[in-house]
Amino acid sequence: MADGARIIGREQLARLVEVLAARGYAVMAPTVRGGAVVLDEVHGVDELPWDVGDVQEPGSYRLTERGDGAVFGQAAAVKAIKPVLFPPDELIWRGHRSGTQFSVTDREGQPQRPVAFLGVRSCDLRALAQHDRVLADRAFPDTRYLRRREGVFLAAVTCADPADACFCTSMGGGPHPEEGYDLALTELVDPHRFVVEIGTELGAQVLAEVGSEAAAPEDLAAVRDQIASATERMTRSMDTDGLRDLLYASAESPVWDEVGNRCLTCMNCTMVCPTCFCTTVEDVSSLGSADAERRRVWDSCFSEEFAHIHGGSLRTEAKSRYRQWLTHKLGAWQDQFDALGCVGCGRCITWCPVGIDLTAEVAKLRAAAPLSVGGAR
Amino acid sequence: MTATLERPAQPDAMAPARYRIGRTRQDTRDTFTIELEPVDGPMLRYRAGQFTMLDAFGVGEVPISISGDPGRPGPLEHTIRDVGAVTHALITAPRGAVLGVRGPFGTSWDVADGQGGDIVFVAGGIGLAPLRPALLEVVRHRDRYGRVVLLYGARTPEDILFGDELRSWARDHGVVVEVTVDNGQHAWRGKVGLVTNLVPRAGFDPHATLALVCGPEVMMRAVAQSLVARGVPGDRVRLSLERSMKCGVGLCGHCQLRELFVCVDGPVLSYDRLASLLSVREL
Repeated sequence: MADGARIIGREQLARLVEVLAARGYAVMAPTVRGGAVVLDEVHGVDELPWDVGDVQEPGSYRLTERGDGAVFGQAAAVKAIKPVLFPPDELIWRGHRSGTQFSVTDREGQPQRPVAFLGVRSCDLRALAQHDRVLADRAFPDTRYLRRREGVFLAAVTCADPADACFCTSMGGGPHPEEGYDLALTELVDPHRFVVEIGTELGAQVLAEVGSEAAAPEDLAAVRDQIASATERMTRSMDTDGLRDLLYASAESPVWDEVGNRCLTCMNCTMVCPTCFCTTVEDVSSLGSADAERRRVWDSCFSEEFAHIHGGSLRTEAKSRYRQWLTHKLGAWQDQFDALGCVGCGRCITWCPVGIDLTAEVAKLRAAAPLSVGGAR
Repeated sequence: MTATLERPAQPDAMAPARYRIGRTRQDTRDTFTIELEPVDGPMLRYRAGQFTMLDAFGVGEVPISISGDPGRPGPLEHTIRDVGAVTHALITAPRGAVLGVRGPFGTSWDVADGQGGDIVFVAGGIGLAPLRPALLEVVRHRDRYGRVVLLYGARTPEDILFGDELRSWARDHGVVVEVTVDNGQHAWRGKVGLVTNLVPRAGFDPHATLALVCGPEVMMRAVAQSLVARGVPGDRVRLSLERSMKCGVGLCGHCQLRELFVCVDGPVLSYDRLASLLSVREL
């Protein structure tokens, strides 16, 4: 943990939202919508999920009352950064037809306010770093993502209470935000306060406007205890040793048949995954109008149409699509982007209606693999 | 990683340039070649084997290989089979109509790598169209190559593409052109059967050959296996893959074949990179 950590109270947390809003940001923070915690625009700290906890297990999500008054006492929100910076549906261009001619009339869509995220977890920061690789650091970057991404303010929080579904520690992460933030908060209760680490000059300026005090040694010790305790409670894990080679060598494994029989190809996992980036385009025109829009919408490798070419789909079976998803996320991603495509947030486990757990599937593949492959033991 | 991300301004690869149809030529009953001229800017420059995303306004966009001559000024040519809503809109658009073009994208045949040796082109059906730019390149510099063979399989004699050119390449440019059809009714006196069957008697030097193959995937696999069995190294056999593509620049994810983004890493890929991937069903 960085030197120079500061302390703020509940009043300053409210002030932080006000300062960010006054600087022109749309402030996106955890809030309860439709029985789940999501990151959405808030206009004050009253909208934050005070005393709300969550239980996330394979195929199961429910909110609880914590009883300790904590505001950031949940694991991964259903929706966090991805749908904001990489919307599920956005305009690519709009055109106008005149006879057999057309012209492009709009490439921008609605101008948008810069976004300040408050309360993002370490897993989401690491997923954001993946999206930066996938969408920004490319020969042809996603220019709309770049526009939204530039000027984002990130106030992260330490994940004090990971869920049963979480396994970020085995994916190279952990409960404490390590990099890529402007400010990082750690919530302590009794008394209720927030230790704030400063990541950037901008973060320091914002915190100066909010007002803070120097953190005491016992505050920092409490932060370290919280990180250690959260790390210790994360019992789910994935063995990533030789994972790419394991998956490549397991293309014909019977494990795919078994998981393919359970998978509903409902696409929930790809929708909640913070790194999944596949999209398709849709042409939208209305009867009687000379205008048409090309829109980019989220797509999923679990749909049969995803790999469709003239003559049919190249992946007709559920097992082929599950294999594609897992092999891409944990194997091919390493060749493509020199990283794992999974941050261990556990969302795909929680939101799978039949509770398929990718950590268990990897373990099965490892058990079924020849001994020589992928660090199998 | 920094909290904020700053990048220089980038052009938007998803926005089309406008091209006007100068002429649409009917090649066979279901295949047409459209010739395009730029409306707004300069003609795009491309390499043999690359593709563009062609857009029919309000209908949609599809990846189509460029079938024209990269070494000669003239209209931008795409040869298109009428198989879906977008291709139908493209081939039925009248002269003067404006289409959207993005690209060119993807890798090239890089046929010049075969200079000094033999070249074997193997085409199945519409697969002759993506090979045509490379054929034209070889024909232009015919003296730089040894034996040049084109093995071409079509469904029926009526489906044979670029018939006049096939005769001209054979007669005027010393290209060995062998054509076979799946169904040879009527007056067809040529070969009947799979194009794969033409490989053994094509008469190339396997140790000094570059083979360029384009057609249905099952045909390309069989042809590549046959070429390799005859001693052509796997890295001297190149295939052009067809996959679903929505962006052309490696962002949409549709065209992935394990670690490959076929739109960026391909469509032209060497067989030694593909052999193990194409042998797994539905990979």
